[in-house]
Amino acid sequence: MNDFIAARSQMALSLGFHIIYSCIGMVMPVFMAISHYKYIKTQNPVYKNITQAWSKGVAIFFATGAVSGTMLSFELGLLWPEFMKHAGPIFGMPFSLEGVAFFIEAIALGFFLYGWGKFNKWFHWATGVLVGVSGILSGILVVSANAWMNSPAGFDYINGQYLNIDPIKAMFNQAWLTEALHMTIAAFSATGFAVAGIHALMIYKKRNIEFHTRAFKIAIAFAAVAAILQPFSGDLSAKGAAIRQPAKSAAMEALFHTQAYAPLIIGGIPDTINKKVNYGIALPGMLSFLEHDNFKQEVKGLDAIPFKDQPPVGITHYAFQIMVITGMCMMLVGVLYFIALWKKRKWLFKGWFLKLFILSTPFGFIAVEAGWTVTEVGRQPWIIQGIMRTSEAVTPMPGIQYTFYLFSLVYFTLSVAVIFLLSRQIKMVPELYDR
Amino acid sequence: MLTVVILFLFFAIVLYFLLGGADFGAGIIELFTSDSNKTRTRKTSYQAIGPIWEANHMWLVIAVVILFVGFPTIYSQMSIYLHIPILIMLMGIIARGTAFSFRNYDAIKGQNTQKLYNHIFAYSSVVTPLFLGIIAGSAISGQIDFAANTFLSAYVFSWFNWFSIAVGFFTVTLCGFLASIYLIGEADNPTDITRFIKKAKALNIAAFVCGGLVFIAAEFQNIRLAHWIFGSAVGLTAVTAALVSLVLLWITINRGKKMIARVFAAFQVTMILLSVGYQHFPNFIVLKGGQNLSLLADHAPEKTIGDLGIALLIGSLFILPALFYLYYSFREKGKSEV
Repeated sequence: MNDFIAARSQMALSLGFHIIYSCIGMVMPVFMAISHYKYIKTQNPVYKNITQAWSKGVAIFFATGAVSGTMLSFELGLLWPEFMKHAGPIFGMPFSLEGVAFFIEAIALGFFLYGWGKFNKWFHWATGVLVGVSGILSGILVVSANAWMNSPAGFDYINGQYLNIDPIKAMFNQAWLTEALHMTIAAFSATGFAVAGIHALMIYKKRNIEFHTRAFKIAIAFAAVAAILQPFSGDLSAKGAAIRQPAKSAAMEALFHTQAYAPLIIGGIPDTINKKVNYGIALPGMLSFLEHDNFKQEVKGLDAIPFKDQPPVGITHYAFQIMVITGMCMMLVGVLYFIALWKKRKWLFKGWFLKLFILSTPFGFIAVEAGWTVTEVGRQPWIIQGIMRTSEAVTPMPGIQYTFYLFSLVYFTLSVAVIFLLSRQIKMVPELYDR
Repeated sequence: MLTVVILFLFFAIVLYFLLGGADFGAGIIELFTSDSNKTRTRKTSYQAIGPIWEANHMWLVIAVVILFVGFPTIYSQMSIYLHIPILIMLMGIIARGTAFSFRNYDAIKGQNTQKLYNHIFAYSSVVTPLFLGIIAGSAISGQIDFAANTFLSAYVFSWFNWFSIAVGFFTVTLCGFLASIYLIGEADNPTDITRFIKKAKALNIAAFVCGGLVFIAAEFQNIRLAHWIFGSAVGLTAVTAALVSLVLLWITINRGKKMIARVFAAFQVTMILLSVGYQHFPNFIVLKGGQNLSLLADHAPEKTIGDLGIALLIGSLFILPALFYLYYSFREKGKSEV
């Protein structure tokens, strides 16, 4: 494995790992705040139990997310020193603010986790809310830094020099709002479906039904709303990418040829040599419509982009398909949930209905990982779209493959440990919270 | 604004050393505690650092962010030439943080798993500050060589030298010392207090010895450490103040004034950092061949520094009161529980 591929793999692995913990860290505090609020209002101890059970999970995830985030702040330099040397002063603003938000989150979490029975109940509740608010803010800020890589702004690039730097303009680049929106909604739907799925499984197994049903309802409410909203936000993101990153857009859709009435290709295997997609379903004109609200409009294909500036088509296309399919499934399940809630309440207790949610447990995180792959692989070969190539940014130190193996081992061990601890938490629910 | 940013950087480094350092120290002490007392030490340190440890480590993130936004050349060159020690430190950070929360949040307190968490926590509590110290030592050791053309000379000897390693061990002993002084105030019974005082004494001596080794290694490698520290009025005053505060520290401990002892310990470490930092300023990294990377010369464009300064000022308006209240309230609540 050469150093460049190793560096990219290590970065992908680290971000792919961290993104799960950040999503959970953003969303779980919101769920906890809801059940905590219900406890304060109703004094029903089940809600207190749910809040505390969740908060233990959050403590595990937060610690893992905090250390993996700290690692990332160093890894950016360890792997991409040339990038950081130039980009640091430009896109550093959201990182500085994120540092602040993250700090506040850590302080608030200290109050929340260790503050049971020690503070005024509303103050204690508010610290929990603050954990969620600052977590979501951190997420939005980091995504805005990533959006800058997709849509560079706030500087002039003249003769290889980065001049007239304006960090504020860089932060509010054209892509930040759509990306932040898409990621925040994704975090809610991924975490929501994962949490709801686990509780649905417990209801299905008839364990602590009241506890798990109330927990399920909080999680699924957010998850379902988010899943229904997500396609609209995805549409905005896709339209933005079509304008700012035609190469990414073409790779996502595996559109090899620039054409009017461009088809939307569903599934299929891109054949980069013969420049066509095998076994896909093509819906003529749909891509033109989705990107430009007009069936006739010409859409730029990969042929409009020099070969050396094209991203890998296969990975980008597959990842995009996986994201869309899992996203659509979640939206469907979300709609079914609301139908059940309003019209068919008896579904809620049926085995098949619960199975749907159990099946959907991993969908959100699969979609998050796939979407992240689309945005990162789809930007290649650039680290800063159109300005700096990823290969120019990589560290001169040889032997990165070994650090990649080391990181793989660490993240694998941590994932196993977290799953192990979580399953022990769930196993202990009857003993800790059954009275 | 550059001054503000540099002050924040120094402030973040000092606070990380004091707060994060005491936090590492809790693990170091655990490692050097006899088995019969381990559980009690663990309980005391958990009560002391449980609610605040995440926040303590945020200072490192703040320092790194200031470096890469404000001083990108320094950040990227350190990342290249000190890749290996930074990597090991990161492994320490991840092992330590996760082991600490896993041992508290594992729903089933099994003997073997707890033992595993404890081992990981204690050992990584030594490795992390050791390598933090090595990184700090390497920044001023003058062994980073932009012209190096072999793997060893570029990426290994930049940090694998007597001076850097001596600074590493000095850092470990200082962390242990800080923690033992801190834990004296947290212990709730006379036996534990005596135990922590003993530890503090031992670590104080160890820190002195390691400090001596740092000077010897510096002489050995032609690093003008003695000149940096004793060559200016500020350096000399800081060292003298540190020594005086050490004497006062032991007097106050013997009289049972725990809070004042903490202030003295913190003051002492701050003075050590100040004495090295002052004469060394504005240089941040000393390179082989006598060149330097300087905070005053190698910084980001004015606009970035200005915005960063504003962000830090506004951020600290939120962070500092909240942090103070966190420390304050858990101190008070801790007391009322006992």
